[in-house]
Amino acid sequence: MTAQVTRTLMRTVFIDTMIDAVATDSRVALVTADISSWSFDDLRAEYPERVINVGIREQAMIGIAGGLALTGHRPVAHTYTPFLIERPFEQIKICLNHQDVGAVLVSIGGSYDDLPRGRTHQAPGDVALLDTLPGWTVHVPGHEDEVEPLLRKALAGDDRVYLRLSDKVHSEPVPLSGEFTVLRQGGAGVVVAVGPVLDDVLAATAALDVTVLYASTIRPFDRAGLRRAAGAARANVVLVEPYLRGTSAPEVAEALADVPHRLLALGTRRDQEVRAYGKAADHDRLHGIDAESLAGSISEFLG
Amino acid sequence: MQTTEETLQGFFGRMLGDNKHLWAAASTMDTIWVLYDRVLNVSPETIDDPDRDRFYLSKGHGPMAYYAMLAAKGFFDPAMLDTWLQLGSPLGMHPDHTLVPGVEISSGSLGHGIPLAVGTAIGLRAEGRRKPRVVVLIGDGEFDEGSNHEAISIAGRLGLDRLTVVAIDNSSASLGWPGGMAKRFEMEGWQASTVDGNDHAELYEALTRESDGRPQAVVAKVRPKEGSAV
Repeated sequence: MTAQVTRTLMRTVFIDTMIDAVATDSRVALVTADISSWSFDDLRAEYPERVINVGIREQAMIGIAGGLALTGHRPVAHTYTPFLIERPFEQIKICLNHQDVGAVLVSIGGSYDDLPRGRTHQAPGDVALLDTLPGWTVHVPGHEDEVEPLLRKALAGDDRVYLRLSDKVHSEPVPLSGEFTVLRQGGAGVVVAVGPVLDDVLAATAALDVTVLYASTIRPFDRAGLRRAAGAARANVVLVEPYLRGTSAPEVAEALADVPHRLLALGTRRDQEVRAYGKAADHDRLHGIDAESLAGSISEFLG
Repeated sequence: MQTTEETLQGFFGRMLGDNKHLWAAASTMDTIWVLYDRVLNVSPETIDDPDRDRFYLSKGHGPMAYYAMLAAKGFFDPAMLDTWLQLGSPLGMHPDHTLVPGVEISSGSLGHGIPLAVGTAIGLRAEGRRKPRVVVLIGDGEFDEGSNHEAISIAGRLGLDRLTVVAIDNSSASLGWPGGMAKRFEMEGWQASTVDGNDHAELYEALTRESDGRPQAVVAKVRPKEGSAV
């Protein structure tokens, strides 16, 4: 019999960390738009001036975060991915970037955690959208134990940080690093696994002679780390990202601009909107990022 | 020291040439004049003081009255006005607070000033600062943007009594605001009044009225003028 391991949701770690951070750092302010707000009821009662639930008003949530930052606070804005990044995208551009202020945006939902609700609650283009704006650090933790150190680090700064939380997790945490972590070394190519796709990548490449790099921080992209790894193996690069396929392809091109290389970019599909319900495992397969699909496409790519 | 008509007209001319009518046609001129001359507690010396009053020009468009007033108050050298819109000049058609001394927010895209001001008012209140006011200037056309209405609702519910919105109404909203803008603010729990936006005495009285615990809105009706694109 296999022992059951109780896992904590990334969302729970976020909530617990925020409850402590608001209580211990008067600079920290939390703005929610109904999602998760019930988890902060007690905190809001104790710190009504710094814990604000604005209702279902995501544009105002980001604008208010910008105004809080103008007074020197460290605002954290939180809701479901499409309503945090896509709906108020111009607010992110104008009320944060253009004002030259920072904030910590924390999403839940990943690319397709909430499958019963379909496309409206999916936002696989979030990281690609933020890539159109300068100065964003993007964390994509793959294990719940990676969430608190990443959030603590973000809260201590004053820059623009996006923390992308998901239900999907991998089995073992990887120590926090802004650089790619080398998990395996091989000669046939380099596979970059971003956040929660790690277990699938490790399973898919178990029999392959490849280097596996892991990233819980994907912006800034560790160009030097990729160059090192690609220099020590054949420059066959595979990107496996849990969001829009090819989001980091321009980064690979920049990192290896003077190095002949090949690239296979995997992630959620760009060519069609997947109109299907079902389970996350089904969608991993539909997008070609389950272990079996990855093993096939990576083996074929490496030849 | 009060700013004279000659000073403002002269500064306008440095940006727009010698058209004596354009400066007077600026819909925001009288409000900005009253605010900086008699209402706001901010100066070049206190621009970094956390207890200063904040003025957020939300509508951004036509900032010449704003630039002229900031130059008149010494926030920057009036010679800068001669560089208006040139490559390398800090002065653009939409103000950038990282480039222009005295400018508090970067604006021009409509509907961002009130949300930013609500966040600022929340932040100041969280720090226990009761002194500073946050005054936002919007236009009646800008009022169309839904983001304003999200923020107006929140400010009303939170009772942000140090927040004031001045809405310049020159009847430029394409679909209009039947019954007037003030009613919309009042519905959301604001204290609102409508004044003649070209009458300095009326503007001063409305802009210095004590709050009764609610955020305040002053709808400043100005006469639409031909060629008054500024």
